[in-house]
Amino acid sequence: MTAIAAGERVRPRASRDHWAMAAALVLIAALLVIFVALPLYTLLSKSFENADGGFVGLANFSKFLTTPALSISISNSLQIALAASFITTSLAFVYAYAITRSQMPLRALFKGLALLPLLAPSLLPGISLVYLFGNKGLVKEWLMGESIYGPIGIVMGEVFYTFPHAVMILVTALSITDGRLYEAAEVLGAGTVRKFFTVTVPAVRYGLVSAFFVVFTLVVTDFGIPKVIGGNYNVLATDVYKQVVGRNDFQMGAVVGMILLLPALLAFAVDRLVQRKQVALLSARAVPYIAKKSPGFDFAVLAFCAVVSLAILSMFAMAACASFVKLWPYNLELVWKHYDFDLTDGGSWTSFWNSIEMSALTAIFGTAVVFAGAYLVEKQTGFKKLRGVVQFLCMIPMAVPGLVLGVAYIFFFVDQANPLHVLYHSMAILVINTVAHFYTVAHLTAVTALKQMDGEFEAVSASLQVPVWRTFRRVTVPVAMPAILDISLYLFVSAMTTVSAVVFLYSPNTTLASVAVLNMDDAGDVAPAAAMAMMIVYTCIAVRLAHAVLSRAVLARTQAWRRR
Amino acid sequence: MAHGADRKKPYLRIEGVNKSFGSFHALKNVTLDIAEREFVCFLGPSGCGKTTLLRAIAGLDIQTTGRIFQAGRDVSALPPSARDVGIVFQSYALFPNLSVIDNVGYGLARRSTTRESRRGRVAELLALVNLGEHGAKYPAQLSGGQQQRVALARALATSPGLLLLDEPLSALDAKVRQYLRGELRALQRKLGVTTVMVTHDQEEALTMADRIVVMNAGAIEQVGTPAEIYGTPSTAFVADFIGAMNFLPASVSGAGRARIEGLELHVPALNGTVMGTEITLCCRPEDIVPADDGAANAFDTKISAIEFLGPNLRATLVPKDAASRSLTAEFSATQSRRIGIALGGTLRVAMPGDRLHVFARR
Repeated sequence: MTAIAAGERVRPRASRDHWAMAAALVLIAALLVIFVALPLYTLLSKSFENADGGFVGLANFSKFLTTPALSISISNSLQIALAASFITTSLAFVYAYAITRSQMPLRALFKGLALLPLLAPSLLPGISLVYLFGNKGLVKEWLMGESIYGPIGIVMGEVFYTFPHAVMILVTALSITDGRLYEAAEVLGAGTVRKFFTVTVPAVRYGLVSAFFVVFTLVVTDFGIPKVIGGNYNVLATDVYKQVVGRNDFQMGAVVGMILLLPALLAFAVDRLVQRKQVALLSARAVPYIAKKSPGFDFAVLAFCAVVSLAILSMFAMAACASFVKLWPYNLELVWKHYDFDLTDGGSWTSFWNSIEMSALTAIFGTAVVFAGAYLVEKQTGFKKLRGVVQFLCMIPMAVPGLVLGVAYIFFFVDQANPLHVLYHSMAILVINTVAHFYTVAHLTAVTALKQMDGEFEAVSASLQVPVWRTFRRVTVPVAMPAILDISLYLFVSAMTTVSAVVFLYSPNTTLASVAVLNMDDAGDVAPAAAMAMMIVYTCIAVRLAHAVLSRAVLARTQAWRRR
Repeated sequence: MAHGADRKKPYLRIEGVNKSFGSFHALKNVTLDIAEREFVCFLGPSGCGKTTLLRAIAGLDIQTTGRIFQAGRDVSALPPSARDVGIVFQSYALFPNLSVIDNVGYGLARRSTTRESRRGRVAELLALVNLGEHGAKYPAQLSGGQQQRVALARALATSPGLLLLDEPLSALDAKVRQYLRGELRALQRKLGVTTVMVTHDQEEALTMADRIVVMNAGAIEQVGTPAEIYGTPSTAFVADFIGAMNFLPASVSGAGRARIEGLELHVPALNGTVMGTEITLCCRPEDIVPADDGAANAFDTKISAIEFLGPNLRATLVPKDAASRSLTAEFSATQSRRIGIALGGTLRVAMPGDRLHVFARR
């Protein structure tokens, strides 16, 4: 090999663009460090400290584990999560299989119905279950004497709440199977059962694992359902709330928060691993699988999907009914009074408008920051190390449950010595926290859209001596507009329905609709709680429809080039 | 025009350029001068470093060591925006959401002062590339060849001193490619813009370039006019890479003489080489000609295979005195009819001494 000839290393001179990009990248990195990394670090250190801030090692953890009332939560949480994960994954697999591998009618509709729970706060199934199976429940006898207040209710609620997540993962896994494998198996004489176990199952096993872990994490870290329907059945998520909000025991709250981080980290690691394997499964030359008509099978899966969708719809219908009926089940007169939130304890119309404001701000600022960050990471050359750091920071929120992030935020911002303490109890902290909470999914959406763009746009504009921000504004943003709208919708709906992080952060002036549902339910105003939950659902549906209309209008204007 | 232009002061000077990616040396001590108004092709197999060199010239991936001068100015460390280059990429990288007019005028926004002068310049460029009536369309509505010309017009809009083309024709189908070769070359002559084109297609390089730079494994193998590169390849790599070539292991058997098994040939290029040296003799298929008894370097062969190529006929010949070797020869259809070539038949051919190339044994 010829050695590099001796000579002075060329030190590239940076352009103005380069410095602007560097500054922007540093800014994004700083934001992520301040609003993601530092709060988590505070949580970590709090769990090793006593109330006076002295280092006590693992003392808090051993105290937690040796207090039977507390440690029982661990086994409760595990049992609930395992049961819910098995049930959800199984139901979702059959449901997804029907959507992708059958010729049953209305497949698109069923897919849409499966995703409906995403538009509701997790508190809604809790409330509906109380109305359906509670002491005065509509179909109470279905439980054969068992109480809905406890593990049964929690599991049922969690299955509703996690179902769309599992269906999305499994539909993706099932749709990327190579159709030629089935043809090959058939030519080789494999029967239906053999094909299922030799072709289908190996292809989707990663999807199944991924779905199981995602559901497991969602259940362990969900706080809304056990709070509403859990009765005296303690789980980790409600423990954090009790320790931090009820008793102001930050150290114990931190310990539970750290424990909650474990399943999430595990699920995150498994998911990353699984995704890497899944990609390799589908070559560019694969042929999509097209299901053949099979009346018996199609009818069976249609019946299954109909039952599941009906169950989902009945949860919404129950909450909607409860919100309009004078006094369930004694007086079924239709009234508006439950929507007059100002008469109740724990909620008001102000909370609803606060939620709208918070969600809108989250959608606007979140989308701007996320897209700009993804652009800097994806489309710039140079600053390899800094980009790597930012990319890593962008992935952290995915592994941090909202509850943990919320607790971490309190610990970080409640500190008077922190110059950012001014944000405490403000609307800004709710917005920032929500953006941080949902950052990763939004970031990955933006990255995917940016990856699809020609990699030489920036080089072309540099050679034409056009500043990079002009190309960003004139080309990158318009071309990525569909993804940008998707990100803003995702952030808005997530902000509207989330409870877990913001429940620690709201102030009397910034109460939110989802928190109001919780507080009204707590105060015994269950019908108004159902009404508020339905207000969130109505809003999300309206925004979803507005998004569809807006997307179409914007696409017509900015994406004219897509038409030939 | 460009022939001999290299004796003038070069417009682009590349001096001892190296580029390494970790432990991989993509460019090894590349030195090259390009004259003003010249059309130069970087030619080589994929991974030879030709695109890396182009990107270094553009400032997109700056070299590790070495210097680059453009019009007497040291641009070695400058970003693309501070250099005077126009680039056409393999993908064209047209902005999909902007019309043809806006694409072409993209680099003009800050330079031309008035909207009118800008519009005039765009119209002029579109006329230049024969796309006058397509200005309002979007790139997706154009054919591949039209898109390529939009990319060219956009790169030329700012009147750069140097035009860089990265495999500009490789995404097009054969007919369009052939047509655009001529178009592109004519346009370059008309504008007189110094141009560097990267290609892996030797036919493209041979038909378009004033000079070809053949590259291999990060280094320059040979620089010369198409005729020089084809007619007198200076290394075995170039001989092999450009066109078809017969490679014959031989040994020096006397002054200006070489022996292949039982066959002895007169090789003028060998003068002064030590007896017994192992060499490789090279001869192009079209340089093997039908011969009479008296011709120099004539020998009898057996025809072992025939391929019909349309205007030409390719024959595989086995020399009687070197039966373990075979030669590929090409004859025109008329010539082969006249001499009556048939499978299994015999043919007396000659390899004229001045058409034989000698390389050290690889």
